[in-house]
Amino acid sequence: MNDMSALHSRTPAISPPLGELDIARIRADFPILRQQVHGKPLVYLDNAASVQKPKAVIDAISECYTGYYANIHRGVHLLSERSTAAYEGAREKVRAFLNAASVQEIIFTRSTTESINLVASSFGGRVVKAGDEIVITGMEHHSNIVPWQLLCERTGAALKVVPFTDAGELMLEEYERLLDSGRVKLVAFVHLSNALGTLNPAKQMIGLAHARGIPVLVDGAQSVPHLAVDVQELDCEFYAFSAHKIYGPSGAGVLYGKKALLEAMPPYQGGGDMISLVTFEKTEYAELPNKFEAGTPNIAGVIGLGAALDWLNAIGLDRVAAYEHALLEYATARVNEIPGLKIMGTAHNKAALIAFTLQGIHPHDIGTILDREGVAVRAGHHCAQPVMQHYGVPATARASFAVYNTRDEVDVLVAALWKVKEMFEL
Amino acid sequence: MNDLRDLYQEVILDHNKRPRNFRIIPQPTHQANGINPLCGDRISVYLDIEDEVIRDISFQGAGCAISSASASLMTEALKGKPVAEIEHLFEAFHDVVTTECECPKGLGKLSVLAGVRDYPSRVKCATLAWHAVRAALEARKEAVATE
Repeated sequence: MNDMSALHSRTPAISPPLGELDIARIRADFPILRQQVHGKPLVYLDNAASVQKPKAVIDAISECYTGYYANIHRGVHLLSERSTAAYEGAREKVRAFLNAASVQEIIFTRSTTESINLVASSFGGRVVKAGDEIVITGMEHHSNIVPWQLLCERTGAALKVVPFTDAGELMLEEYERLLDSGRVKLVAFVHLSNALGTLNPAKQMIGLAHARGIPVLVDGAQSVPHLAVDVQELDCEFYAFSAHKIYGPSGAGVLYGKKALLEAMPPYQGGGDMISLVTFEKTEYAELPNKFEAGTPNIAGVIGLGAALDWLNAIGLDRVAAYEHALLEYATARVNEIPGLKIMGTAHNKAALIAFTLQGIHPHDIGTILDREGVAVRAGHHCAQPVMQHYGVPATARASFAVYNTRDEVDVLVAALWKVKEMFEL
Repeated sequence: MNDLRDLYQEVILDHNKRPRNFRIIPQPTHQANGINPLCGDRISVYLDIEDEVIRDISFQGAGCAISSASASLMTEALKGKPVAEIEHLFEAFHDVVTTECECPKGLGKLSVLAGVRDYPSRVKCATLAWHAVRAALEARKEAVATE
């Protein structure tokens, strides 16, 4: 069974009662959603860029700073012990969330971007040589393109790109063809595309790479808030995500890596916290995971991430996925009522995100007019310019949903889109 | 909707839909590209300057209504003007789209973009073409210096 069918099996066959989740109660957890913008109730549909934070997360960060904050892993005093326990407690929460085998496999970083750069530098720098190839896909975020380009420039390796169809689905036969060159040292692909909403067949793709002995990094920045991820079942070598897209704070990220690989890799950055002994002749590095966590980390941010995972687990990702899928189906049907609207990304397996264009109207103008109706969407290239190039557009508008969004908000979006058209009628 | 109409005035929508001087000058004396890194929008401007006067000016590219209309209005405003006036006009225009100033006289139709001042994220759209013209002229200066 691949992960696509897993998502589908969670999706009720008929339009489900959305009341299965108490959305009013979920919304009440988000203080920021109670405001008006430009005199209209805020309809926040820019969740793929960054999602809003529940009170539990805000409180956890506030409690850290007001109650027990100190630096971690060094103080003998009570506050440092408490901070260390909370920070390491969050690591265990992430381990459980991803079903990793050990907390030593969970590295805290600043972001998905830093996690990928860590692998590109530390793992890629050791494994990739001139003439080798790295395979990515055409629907990557710039953060899963540029680190590999930099690595290729340093090493003389070549970047190979798996193309995708107009529906926004990867061409897997092309993927296999690229894997068969015998020169591929690493595959890195996005689990869920931020520009298209496509949920890629991660388990299948990892299996195809492993059949040829090629390790795989999965960019999970968009996927973790929308579907349950089990890194042991996926069997990927690396999995990266950011706290701020999963209801946690910005400035904290995660890299999961298989222990044997992480142990063999050199440190990414040098500094405090990542050593066991320093002399001017030689430095001995700390054990995992500290080896990869040089410097004082984002302590409160990581603790906030732990609180976010607790909050999400209490709802249940299976229920989140089912709810969001129903919301996506409703939103897709509603926006398709608008003449001249074209959705970019119509993959069979898709998360709650709609990227679109309106004929004759630039996405920036759509974004500005929607904003005045209280609707926050992203307009631009979504840090995925190759995806824009595929469709021959400079930009798209994107409405991306979270578990706190409602059908009523979809209706507000659709009404606002009609106003966009009205505004541009001459 | 009224405040949005301050931004999307009919003149702007008209220039967006039917941009003036939207063409390539085959052998321009000056040319430059303007890129808005926020969105990847890109326009190219072409100038034909003779005796320090802009004999012809045009643009091409894809952008939002604000950047397209601003580029179109700019080409109308600059055609026939002495090169020496460009910087002054750009400064006056920049003030109009960023501050609550009284619209300086002499800007003519360019002042329809004054509504942009209430949309700070769109100022770059309105000034993109002007920055491109400035870049085109600066490139000339370097070229002149090496000759």
